[in-house]
Amino acid sequence: MGVQEAMTGPSVLFFFVNAMDLTTLTLTELRDALWAGQVTSVVATEAMLDRIVAVDNEVKSYLTVTDDLALEQAAAADKRLAAGERTPLLGVPVAVKDMFCTRGVATTAGSKILEGFVPPYNAFVVDKLAEAGAVLLGKTNTDEFAMGSSTETSAYFATHNPWDLERVPGGSSGGSAAAVAGRMAYAAFGTDTGGSVRQPASFCNIVGLRPTYGRMSRWGVVAYASSLDQVGVFGRTVADVTAMFQATAGFDPRDSTSLNVPVPNYEAALTGDIRGLRVGVPKEYFIEGLDGEVETAVRAAINQLADLGADIREISLPHSRYALPIYYLIATAEASTNLARYDGVRYGPRVAGADVIDSVQKTRALFGAETKKRIMLGTYALSTGYYDEYYGKALQGRTLIINDFNKAFADVDVIAGPVSPTTAFKLGEKVNDSLALFLADIFTLPLNLSASCGLSVPCGFDGRGLPIGLQLIGNTLQEATILNAAFAYEQATEWHLRQPVIGG
Amino acid sequence: MSKYEAVIGLEIHAELMTNSKMFCGCRVVDSVEAPPNTAVCPVCLGMPGMLPVVNAQAVEYALRVALALNCTINLHNVFARKNYFYPDLPKSYQISQYERPLGIKGWLDIELENGETKRIGIRRVHMEEDTGKLTHLDGGGSLVDYNRSSVPLLEIVSEPDIRSGEEARAYATRIRQILRYLGVNSGDMEKGVFRVEPNISIRPVGTAAFGTRTELKNLNSFRVLADGTDYELVRQAAVLDAGRQVVQETRGWHEGRRETFSQRIKEEAEDYRYLPDPDLPPLHLDATWVEEVRAALPELPQAKLARYRADFGLSAYDAAVLTEDRTVAEWFETAVSIPPHLNPKTIANWVINELFRLMNESKQSIDDIRVSPAGLVELIGLVEKQTINNNTGKEVLAEMFASGQSGTAVVEAKGLAQISDEAALAATIKQILADNAAMVERYMNGEAKLRGFFMGQVMQATQGKANPKLVNQLLGQALNQAEK
Repeated sequence: MGVQEAMTGPSVLFFFVNAMDLTTLTLTELRDALWAGQVTSVVATEAMLDRIVAVDNEVKSYLTVTDDLALEQAAAADKRLAAGERTPLLGVPVAVKDMFCTRGVATTAGSKILEGFVPPYNAFVVDKLAEAGAVLLGKTNTDEFAMGSSTETSAYFATHNPWDLERVPGGSSGGSAAAVAGRMAYAAFGTDTGGSVRQPASFCNIVGLRPTYGRMSRWGVVAYASSLDQVGVFGRTVADVTAMFQATAGFDPRDSTSLNVPVPNYEAALTGDIRGLRVGVPKEYFIEGLDGEVETAVRAAINQLADLGADIREISLPHSRYALPIYYLIATAEASTNLARYDGVRYGPRVAGADVIDSVQKTRALFGAETKKRIMLGTYALSTGYYDEYYGKALQGRTLIINDFNKAFADVDVIAGPVSPTTAFKLGEKVNDSLALFLADIFTLPLNLSASCGLSVPCGFDGRGLPIGLQLIGNTLQEATILNAAFAYEQATEWHLRQPVIGG
Repeated sequence: MSKYEAVIGLEIHAELMTNSKMFCGCRVVDSVEAPPNTAVCPVCLGMPGMLPVVNAQAVEYALRVALALNCTINLHNVFARKNYFYPDLPKSYQISQYERPLGIKGWLDIELENGETKRIGIRRVHMEEDTGKLTHLDGGGSLVDYNRSSVPLLEIVSEPDIRSGEEARAYATRIRQILRYLGVNSGDMEKGVFRVEPNISIRPVGTAAFGTRTELKNLNSFRVLADGTDYELVRQAAVLDAGRQVVQETRGWHEGRRETFSQRIKEEAEDYRYLPDPDLPPLHLDATWVEEVRAALPELPQAKLARYRADFGLSAYDAAVLTEDRTVAEWFETAVSIPPHLNPKTIANWVINELFRLMNESKQSIDDIRVSPAGLVELIGLVEKQTINNNTGKEVLAEMFASGQSGTAVVEAKGLAQISDEAALAATIKQILADNAAMVERYMNGEAKLRGFFMGQVMQATQGKANPKLVNQLLGQALNQAEK
């Protein structure tokens, strides 16, 4: 539809860009085209909406598509573009995970307990998107309250991996990752509490950034585990992720954990020059359980970094093996108190009961099984008599993890390793095996416990044609360093250029 | 009770009179007057993704109290989540302080009825947020008002040093007075802005272990605090004497029956699953700032009272009455400081006997009245210069109070200036004696008390304006002459 309208338009340029399928453009390419007047936001938005109609019945990446709103925003963006405005994401259609509150648009966190909840406010970063001129395509699927690594705990439906529809896209931000990989959004927000941006990025052959805790505001992002949650960005290239990150990072006085530190020019930092960059390879990230093909691809990527001039050295993060239990104690404890508010008293569905208490108990039955399990685990970990043994001990352990990273970053600029021990697994394969699912996060969790930042960048495929990601971890607020390292690697390789053929 | 010793600790909750709430920008409104749910926002309603930001003014107010109660200040403050479910608590946890409260190890001296002073330990002073208010409807159903949700709240926990209802009352009264002096709380118990909850137990005299305690809630006056506490001590003694066990429970006060009654039995200690609030980094107070706040504290009531006695020579009673309220004390001190620096005792008498009576009659506070300290000083000057007599002075004050005019203006407008003209008064007296010859005769025959009658006649003839001293003198002379 969008294509035809554009072809009947007056400009020959429209014909040019439409002939090459707008959905294949990267965000930065689209931005250049919009700025150059070669394409309109309405046409680009329609191309995305058409693509969603065409393939999302199979991928199932969106919970809500805001098509009318998107076209309205796109038309407004076109007026501003025509008037000469050039805000960073003006007219660029993007998606956000359904953990982000969006004014006037249903926000469910993938849970029945928030079914039909329409927030009267935007998350801070959603406001930043609007300020930058972005067009909101819709809300993407998520594991319920971001609790999962496969997007299968969503109360609505599971999302499928565009590379193999029988497989998971990863999680919990699987909807956003699948949407970007499936060319149904130019970029998207996810949240990363234990790897929920990096892992699906690696499963879907896209770039996923998890910035330093406090770099992006959590205001208006539905909380899972407050001390670990952080907004993350998906894009098909490092430059795309950087553009979205650049436009939305920064201090927010309404988030007391937000860092009041100026936002550097990340886009200018993408020089591609990593000569002399000290890259540490933690021996604890190459252990039993790591898939051989994944290891091969990641080691090859690290060699590639060396070829580009990086100085590679082995390092140790000795407490990495404790990260999993520490993470699950802290995350579930915080979740148990964060989710206690969903009682149907003030918003969201309310199940009738004999009295207030009965009604609240019946309403809470709307939580899914995984969420209930984590609430119970966390409640237990905080109970009198158990606090010191569990939550208190986990906080102490967290300090050890932080010290590991501090020591490592005294000698290296970047830590490189795998994102996930395996490539994408099959839907249903691990749905009843929490421990196996937890193990999928062992290389991503430590970062969330520390004050570091990290990303996943495409670095190869296994024998089944499933994507593999390289994880690059940087010191506190050193996003520019890891983005540039990833950029240098991306420029030297072609993994990111491969596109999935959906349903093919 | 004689074989038992009372062990009482008080938990006091005081809302802080800040402009906005503890963790959001909503106004703090009168939760009794304001229409329900008109001062709320997504933060104090606990909506998804909302985050708290600490109110700096609330921290300063809380710090004032902790300092005034002689606490050791924790510069490293941690906010904690206290988890429990109730529909008036939007997040299902209250942000409070647990392991690192603002103030610890404080104390307060209270005065007992026998004149002795007793020191009550203060275990902790910490910051938290108030809850909303639930109203249960008679026909079933409940209404909830979140105006009060997240209003800054201070919790002051005493050591179990209190031994009677009277001590509990003295302690709570003093705390409330200090909070008012510090300008952080109105002290209104009816509206629940200031709430006192005693934990009460008894133990055999000479033993150290604590007995099972009960907690009294919803006490809306100091009298009820004292009576309820005393009732509970007697009740617990009777329970133990009967060989039974005190049950750990929350009890209320039934005003009609004047007894406590069981509200809720705590079968086991509630598990609040405290954890440091991950949404709020630890709050570090600057030591210099703490000292600035300490230096800016007003003179507290006990220090003020001591100074009034020492410097002004006031009685203990007068000093206590004048220092009860900081605004009254400041009004009084302004009057004392104004030239010609009248005797503070004289000013105190006028304030306590006359001004307070007028304020009580008209139900006005010191902030409302139209008489200024300078106005009172001027009026007392008129009396001391004998421009008007004492009784006229009281009438003039009443007029000043009613109209806002100055004393001089009232005296002039109403022609109230004392008649001190000897010749005129002598003529009046002569006329009165002539008109009452029979009475003069009886006086001559020994009815000395009739002298008062002649005084009255003179004052009546001069509409009370005659200088009474002069009248007395001239009357004496005239009666002497009549005798001759």
